[in-house]
This record gives sequence, C-alpha cells and structure tokens, in this order.
Amino acid sequence: MTRIEEFVKEQAEKHGRDRNSLMPILQAVVQSERFLSEEAMVAVATELDLSTADVFGTATFYTFMDTFPRGKNIIRICKTITCHMKGKDAIVDTLEDMLKIKLGQTTTDGKFSLLQANCLGWCHKGPVMLINDEVYPEITPEKAVEVVSKYLKKG
Amino acid sequence: MEKKIKKVDLIFGKVDYLDILDKSLQRSRDEIILDVIDSGLRGRGGAGFPTGLKWKFAKNEEADQKYVICNADEGEPGTFKDREILTEAPEKVLAGMALCGYCIGATEGYIYLRMEYNFLLPQLHEQIDAFNKQMKERNFEFTIFIRSGSGAYVCGEETALMESMEGKRGEPRNKPPFPTSQGYLGKPTSVNNVETLVFALMIAKEGPTKFKEMGTFDSRGSKVFSVSGDTPTPGIYELELGMTLEQFVEEFGDGDTKAVQVGGASGFCVARKHFKETLIGFEGIPTGGSMMIFNSTRSMYNILHDYLEFMEEESCGQCTPCRVGCQQLLKGIEAVKKGNKQPSYLEELQKLSDTMRIASKCGLGQSVPNPFNSIINNFREEIIY
Repeated sequence: MTRIEEFVKEQAEKHGRDRNSLMPILQAVVQSERFLSEEAMVAVATELDLSTADVFGTATFYTFMDTFPRGKNIIRICKTITCHMKGKDAIVDTLEDMLKIKLGQTTTDGKFSLLQANCLGWCHKGPVMLINDEVYPEITPEKAVEVVSKYLKKG
Repeated sequence: MEKKIKKVDLIFGKVDYLDILDKSLQRSRDEIILDVIDSGLRGRGGAGFPTGLKWKFAKNEEADQKYVICNADEGEPGTFKDREILTEAPEKVLAGMALCGYCIGATEGYIYLRMEYNFLLPQLHEQIDAFNKQMKERNFEFTIFIRSGSGAYVCGEETALMESMEGKRGEPRNKPPFPTSQGYLGKPTSVNNVETLVFALMIAKEGPTKFKEMGTFDSRGSKVFSVSGDTPTPGIYELELGMTLEQFVEEFGDGDTKAVQVGGASGFCVARKHFKETLIGFEGIPTGGSMMIFNSTRSMYNILHDYLEFMEEESCGQCTPCRVGCQQLLKGIEAVKKGNKQPSYLEELQKLSDTMRIASKCGLGQSVPNPFNSIINNFREEIIY
C-alpha cells in the first residue's frame, strides 16, 4: 500500500464509507497534499466503492479541490469588487514580483501558489489574502511581503 | 431631520441560551412555531421565506429522521455578517439549531461552513462539543456536526448545499420537492441561515411582539447589515428594517455616494436619484445584508464587469440559460465597450437576461438580471463609453 492509499484508508475509517463522507475525505487529502492526485482519487473511489469518474466529477466541481499539483502554501487574493476597489491589484503585482510567478502559477521550489479567489467575506477590511486557512485582512503590498516572507522562512 | 436609523442588539448581545432552551423545551412545538410565524420572521439569507412556515412544513412531515441545517456558506459578495455571528455569538446559533430541531422533530443538525472560513473550525469544534454535551445532560436528543464547503458560491443554494453534503457536485435540484419534505438524504430538512436561527432563538426568549413591533408590514424586525465600499464606517450593523436608502446613505455614505448595490452581486444597483423612494426590505429591495456603497469616482462598467465575471465563474453549468447566459452577457458588455458592437446590442443582452430570469433552474441564474438590468438602466452611458 502506498502512502496516499494508507492515508485515504485512515480517513475512510475515520469518516465512514458512505457517499456522504466523500467531501470530508477529499478535503482531508487536499489539506495534507494540497491537491488531489490521480492516485488519491482512485484510492478514494476504491475505499468508498464509487466509480473513479464519480470522484473526479465531484472533485472538479469545487474551486478549492485542485486536481493538479499546487504549492505547499496556497495564497489566495480576493478579487471581488470591494477588494478590487481597495487595491488588490497592487498586492497581486507585488507578490508576482516577489515570488517571480504569475497568477495561477506555482514557484519552482513548490513552496507557493498564487491564486485569486471570489469574495472571501472580508469586504469591510479589504483587500484580503488567504494563505492556506489563515486570513490576512487589510493588507498593503508591504504587509503582504512581510507575511509571505514568514511563510518562506518556515519553508 | 428624518428619524435616525435605530440600532438594535438582538443578534450579538449575550443571553443565557441554556435558560431559553430549557424554557422552550417545556413548551409545545406548535406554540413555539406559532410564535415564530406570528413574529413575521423571514429568512435572513436573502430569499426571505417565512421561517415559521418552513418549520411547520418540516414538522408536519412523517419521517424516521429529520435534519436541521445551518447555512453558513456565506458567499454573496459584500456579506460577512455570518462569519461575525459565528465568531461573536456561536452559542446562540447552536441553540437556535437545537430549538429548530425540537420544533420539527430532528435529532441531528449540521453547520455547512464555507471553506474560506476554515480558520473558525478549531473554536467551533470546541463549542459544538461543549454544546452537544450540554444537550446530553438535559436528555435532549440533539447532536450538531459541522461540514465544510470547498469554494463553491452556488452551494449556498439550499438544494445544492445538500447535494454537496451528500458528496456530490453542488448542483441545485429541481423544486418541488422542497427540502422540508425531501431534503438531506431524502429526509425532511429545515435549512436556515445563521442569522435566522439566532432571531428565532430571540423570539422564543422574548415572544413575538417585541420583534413584530420593529420594521414594516412585510419586513418585520431587525437585520444585520454588512456595509462596505466607499464608506468611512465599513462594518457590521444590526439595524431596524424599514429605512429608505436615503437614510442609509446619510448614515453610512461618504457624502459623494453615486450608487448602492443592495443584496450583493445578485442584488440590485440603486442610483442616487432613487435613494429617497427606495425602501430596504421585502416590499422594496430585499437584501441578505450586503450593502456596497460606490462614490462618483467608481466606474459602473468595472463594477458590472466584476459581478458578471463572478457569476460566470460561479455558475454551476448545469442549466444552459445560466451557463451560456452569464458568458454572453460578459462578452457582450466587453464588445460594446470596445466598440465591436453597437450600443443597441445592450437591448439584446437585456432580452437574454430576461430569458435567464425565466428559464434558469435556480436563484443564481434567475438573479443575474438584477444587477445587469439595474446597472444598464441607470448607467447606460458608462457601459457604452
């Protein structure tokens, strides 16, 4: 059994093998691996006795379930109107410069992916940035660099 | 001067939620449901279905299992009140769920939390565990679980939410059957917004009269508003319903307000000339709480473009009017702006948006015409030039 298969099995035992458990299991895989590999999806399908197409179909519906590799840290910048008005473009530009990648890309060392997201629910404190599950409201380009540097040090 | 907007503190104020529950459990279900109906409380997520009726329908179903779902998939651009409620008054939300569970006869409740709010999970898990224990000690059979979304706006639609909880793509179902008869796992289910559940709890505490006295005939009580955009005082405010947009802008505007988007990307854009006669509420323009204020430096084209891009990305793609409609509206205004299409093309696009209203399967596609038509009708020249 590979590492992923074992992980999926553990999760299936924890959450149950009903179809209802599909989302929590997929979410756990994304949480630990940052994306859903083919191997992981096949393993989930096997554990839950679903067709792989069903698992793939469900996974690809959701924005936060990537089916291709992402960086260890996923940076999401809110692009919806109020954050747009409060200057999210400057944050994107600054981080693109800092990480030497474009929106949607992952750094070559696999540490960061830089993405935009639809409304993150902090419109009164825009612009806002989400790194993995951590939220950083009212950021400026300087603050964004500072925060990302911290993650850079953590590795 | 017109009367000031009345600020209210029903949602965030501390209460002895266990005492409210204990007293409610002594009363009959019908009595509590009647109180909620009588209060005039309507769903606070945006659609505004009378809460008491929803509970009554769910209660009247015969089933071996029923469910309560707390809809915390707050995705509408411009709303952030549910996050605040879950942070500041989570125990009132949980108690509201238990109250609903008692009334409809459900023993399980689920919170569907959007993944963007995952940072709330550790504290919520703790609070839920403590609450479940308290219910057990009371010999009241009700257990709360929490489920996460994965970044899909459409999952705020109640049937899409249940599909997602069942481990499927979050595509809305056909209605009827309504969730109160066949919801989660095919069982009767009451899906209520976070804020609605807290109001229901407060109505159980104080009786329907105090709530009913506030607001207007169709929009009783108060409501939590999320205020953002060009305002010196962005934030969360619980206000009595029934104010006009003029009163609202006087309180929150920056003195140069050109337009207010009421109800988020799926809501309506109101231009300055209509502020006076526009009432915020179900008889005027309803809102799930989102109030985005724009001043005269903002381009309404950019705003509409942003909304359409949002809808185009978030459309689940299941039904053609919404999937193709969103794309074409977005492409259409871009073409008019660039001069590749005549300004009269906007009328054709408005016909398309009317079709979307009639033919789309769920609220997402049906409401795209709201921002589209209201912005084009009010700011046509800004879209063209």
